[in-house]
Amino acid sequence: MYTFSNKLKTFSIILVVLGILGVGYGFMTSHKSFEEVETLLEHEEHHGGGHGEEASHATSGHDTHAVADTHGNNHGNNDAHGGEDAHKKHVEHVMHQIANRPWAALYVAAFFFMMIALGCLAFYAIQIASQAGWSPVLFRVMEGITAYLLPGAVIVLLIAIASGTIGHYNLFIWMDPDVVAHDKLIQGKSGWLNLTGFAIRGVIFIAGWVAYRHFSRKFSIAQDTAEDKSYFKKSFRISAAFLVFFIYTESMMSWDWIMSVDPHWFSTLFGWYVFASMFVSGITVIALISIYLKSRGYLEFVNENHLHDVAKFMFAMSIFWTYLWFSQFMLIWYSNIPEEVTYFISRFNDYKLPFLGMVVLNFVFPILMLMNADYKRIPWFVVMTGLVILFGHYIDIFNMIMPATVGDRWFIGIPEIGSILLFAGLFIFVVFTALTKAPLLVKGYPFRKESEDFHY
Amino acid sequence: MEASKVIHAIYTDDDVLMSAVKKVKSEKHHIEEIYTPFPVHGLDKAMGLEPTRIAITAFMYGLVGLTVAIVMMNFIMIKDWPQNIGGKPSFSYIENMPAFVPIMFELTVFFAAHLMVITFYLRSRMWPFKKAENPDPRTTDDHFLMEIAVHGNENELQSLLAETGAVEINIVDKEAH
Repeated sequence: MYTFSNKLKTFSIILVVLGILGVGYGFMTSHKSFEEVETLLEHEEHHGGGHGEEASHATSGHDTHAVADTHGNNHGNNDAHGGEDAHKKHVEHVMHQIANRPWAALYVAAFFFMMIALGCLAFYAIQIASQAGWSPVLFRVMEGITAYLLPGAVIVLLIAIASGTIGHYNLFIWMDPDVVAHDKLIQGKSGWLNLTGFAIRGVIFIAGWVAYRHFSRKFSIAQDTAEDKSYFKKSFRISAAFLVFFIYTESMMSWDWIMSVDPHWFSTLFGWYVFASMFVSGITVIALISIYLKSRGYLEFVNENHLHDVAKFMFAMSIFWTYLWFSQFMLIWYSNIPEEVTYFISRFNDYKLPFLGMVVLNFVFPILMLMNADYKRIPWFVVMTGLVILFGHYIDIFNMIMPATVGDRWFIGIPEIGSILLFAGLFIFVVFTALTKAPLLVKGYPFRKESEDFHY
Repeated sequence: MEASKVIHAIYTDDDVLMSAVKKVKSEKHHIEEIYTPFPVHGLDKAMGLEPTRIAITAFMYGLVGLTVAIVMMNFIMIKDWPQNIGGKPSFSYIENMPAFVPIMFELTVFFAAHLMVITFYLRSRMWPFKKAENPDPRTTDDHFLMEIAVHGNENELQSLLAETGAVEINIVDKEAH
């Protein structure tokens, strides 16, 4: 049995407290009045050299229509009235972006940690459904990580709904009836994009995932003391069924929770792309937690061969992620259809470093570091690469959400880091508490012996 | 070259072969060669063979392929004749790079795979019309053969190999090559 060390527990609580302070600071400082934003913009124009001008041309951000109007006005008529109107719209636009920042920062971090648990759950189901012989010794680690799914996913859904009810539509503009009234495109999608439907679908997704997690965990523990293999058979069956459910709901979840921040944009392989991101993050966290537990002496049956296999998955799924990222980018770049290419133009203009940097973090780094078979067996090497991969996938989610909510007003500052600390602390607390609830080795699982003797 | 004598010990089971290899190695005899009908896992380790470096060559060949692709596309599309083809930006390589990535990828794989295979053929001396070096045709079906050089210690070796479970022990003259 694993005991949650007091040091780690204190550490996670400190993270949560620091995170709450950071998030609180983010919300406190994001409410700027019209005049404050006006002086801020003037200030920037003097110092930043035409930054305000650039911002008014940005097609990213919330009210695309307001921006389009501003754009037209700036070029069309220079009479005083039109200019004043455009100025007011510009200031309001920037004000909205500043107000969105703590919401978006919170949402990105919440989604990032939720997707680790969800990716891990999918990996777990695949291991059971494929009757893998190497991984059963890691099942309890995976079950521990997926314990975060219920709180994590509920938090994500609550933030999304709160942004449209108590917030001022800080994440999803399609929740704003005022925007929808003036937007033919969103009106056409309102059959899917409406708050009631969003909430109901979210509850169905979470209920399905958590139900699988609950029963697979229950069967896994029941199998430890069972006389026969009936619980193994049951968990095999529900894993296969879950994988079918998962691939549908994961795809829809990615449209709802991520793609709809840009309601004018759509992409068909988006669901797979988000899946690749969550899958590789989930596997990386399995590796990190296994290495941590082994270094503390709790997993004596896990050896470097298991580490090698997990690291191979990290390597392969990093490349898979890159393949999907590039496929999505290249198809849109190549055909350059205005209605979809704006997505990448706003990212390329305002997010050059995170957008290109994440390809280095998520592809170049893992491919060079994890190609060598010997390196995959060295724990500290896998830990370093894993941390880079996790950071890269945080940036990936950041790139999905931020351009649509804060536009060019992004920065990784106190609101973002505070949100990461908050959910990292919560994640560590929930996961390691779950790890204490059951022995770290599945006793009655039919492939346990094979997994213990696994060598590559 | 003068003919040297070798001893051929034949086994019918890979497990017996493995334990025989370990025994012969522990007695400090040099194993010239082992012929098996299929890969026996762990045999290279038991014999003390060096790990292969073919993966390293493949990585380097891949880099060569990537370089060929970049240099070729840069010369053709950017330097030599930078036409406007459907509005693609041929001003610099980086601007038009996404369009070249499929070629860069395929040539990397192509060079890595083919040159590695050719390296394998060269290093293991395999080519069409090559004379098969097979001391006993049964080793391609269901027998395993261990070949040990004899340096005047025939009887000692023979008894050692008989102990390890060899079904047949022959001393043969071998043309050195």
